[in-house]
Amino acid sequence: MVETPTIKISIRNFSIHFGDTTALKGLNLDIHRNEIFTIIGPANSGKSSLLQSLNRLNDLNPVYKKTGTILIDNQDIDTIDVESLRTRVSIVFALPFPLPLSIFDNIAYGPRMHGIKNKSKLTEIVEKGLREAYLWDEVKDRLDSPAMNLSGGQQQRLCIARILAVEPEIIMFDEPTSGLDPISTARVEETLRILKERYTIILVTNNVAQAARVGDRTAFLLMGELIELNETKRLFTMAQDKRTDDYLTGKFG
Amino acid sequence: MNVQVKQKIAFSILFFCTLLVIIPVLVILVIIFAKGISAIDISFLTEMPTNGMTAGGIFPAILGTLYLVLGAILFAVPLGVLSAIYLVEYSRENILSRIVKLAIVNLAGVPSVVYGLFGLGIFVLFLGFGASILSGSLTLGIMILPVIITASREALESVPKSFRIVSLSLGASKWQTIRHSVLPHALPGILTGTILGLGRAAGETAPILFTVAAFYLPKLPTSLFDQTMALPYHLYVISTQVPGIPENVRYGTALVLLLLVLLLNLAAIILRYQFRKRKKW
Repeated sequence: MVETPTIKISIRNFSIHFGDTTALKGLNLDIHRNEIFTIIGPANSGKSSLLQSLNRLNDLNPVYKKTGTILIDNQDIDTIDVESLRTRVSIVFALPFPLPLSIFDNIAYGPRMHGIKNKSKLTEIVEKGLREAYLWDEVKDRLDSPAMNLSGGQQQRLCIARILAVEPEIIMFDEPTSGLDPISTARVEETLRILKERYTIILVTNNVAQAARVGDRTAFLLMGELIELNETKRLFTMAQDKRTDDYLTGKFG
Repeated sequence: MNVQVKQKIAFSILFFCTLLVIIPVLVILVIIFAKGISAIDISFLTEMPTNGMTAGGIFPAILGTLYLVLGAILFAVPLGVLSAIYLVEYSRENILSRIVKLAIVNLAGVPSVVYGLFGLGIFVLFLGFGASILSGSLTLGIMILPVIITASREALESVPKSFRIVSLSLGASKWQTIRHSVLPHALPGILTGTILGLGRAAGETAPILFTVAAFYLPKLPTSLFDQTMALPYHLYVISTQVPGIPENVRYGTALVLLLLVLLLNLAAIILRYQFRKRKKW
């Protein structure tokens, strides 16, 4: 390490409960600016719950309870109003969820909600988002056609473009390629590497090989606990904990 | 008996049951049409009744019904849709919201004459609106409120949850999410509820009996506080209260009421079709 990384997100003693079930137990970790931070672990290890706490989507769940704090740029997320938090911390879901609108209107949705009405400004934002998500060339001639008609991989990149249009700081990917074919997956991974230059990226994945391919640092969660966190290369070559090693080599999970 | 034969029998039974539903509708339509069409001409639709309602037209009753239906819809649709939005989007599942939902379901089962008495008590007497278009519209509005709330709730609940999550996750506020990602997709269902309510408001006699309907008025209403004639009550009057009304006038009046409801429904159906066409999922 030549320079000390800037800490973007700081998670302190953070636990999540849904009713009587504990999804995450006393998590402590820091996420650096402009890194791809990958989180791996079997189902029910608390990965997605953590993401949905970071932009407070969990608040929608009436049985959700949390303890501990999450700081973004040293500010407690509970003190940021929820709309601007969700603008700064965006999420791409496992399934692409295009809105039942045209391609253009899908991407313009966020900016419009934030008060941008000027047509030429919106056109500019839409084009920029689509280019950054590597979808522009495939859809530039049919921006008015329904987004639902795109293929799965295109829909997922549309969702990425839609998020870029609201100019977030952090982008969370919740198993973004679990429903995609290998070629579409490669495209999305390539997009991740380029986005990392300007955004902080958190990638939750079930695919261990994917973490190895794109992650800068990787955390292994198991049953709501952080088992191990290290630079991806080190984690994959010399895991300190036997459970990590077992998971990475496919002995369970 | 093999599977194919069983399937054929099941299919036939289902088909004939469906057919049976159509028959009464057709019979009613045919009878009313056959006996009433001879009474209908331009002057029947546009003139005042004459000779103790045995001749002339039924224009005041047509106009009165239109006023009442319009008033009821203007009152019930905003109130009903907003309540439904509150119930579906804002209220948490608790005892209170369950009681409210139960109350709405039960309100739908209250006999219409009870609504009439309620309207008489509240609007005509207590609030002092008198027997007037205002009282009648409000009474009809309350009567169709449960239909509109129930249909609107179902329409809102049928909008996929993902639309809300996506909108919220892009930093839209809750109200923006409802306004732009939920309501547009619930509109066809809300319109269906409105259509059902509309037909009921146009056809009911009991709620307007005590609150607005006049036996006979020589002049058209000029304000919200005037009484008015209305088609269902007029039909009741000329069928049972006034002797010597020609049969074709009675059936003609019924036919006009029927056509009016169908026409209003048709307008709403066309509107709904326009919305559905835009639906892209």
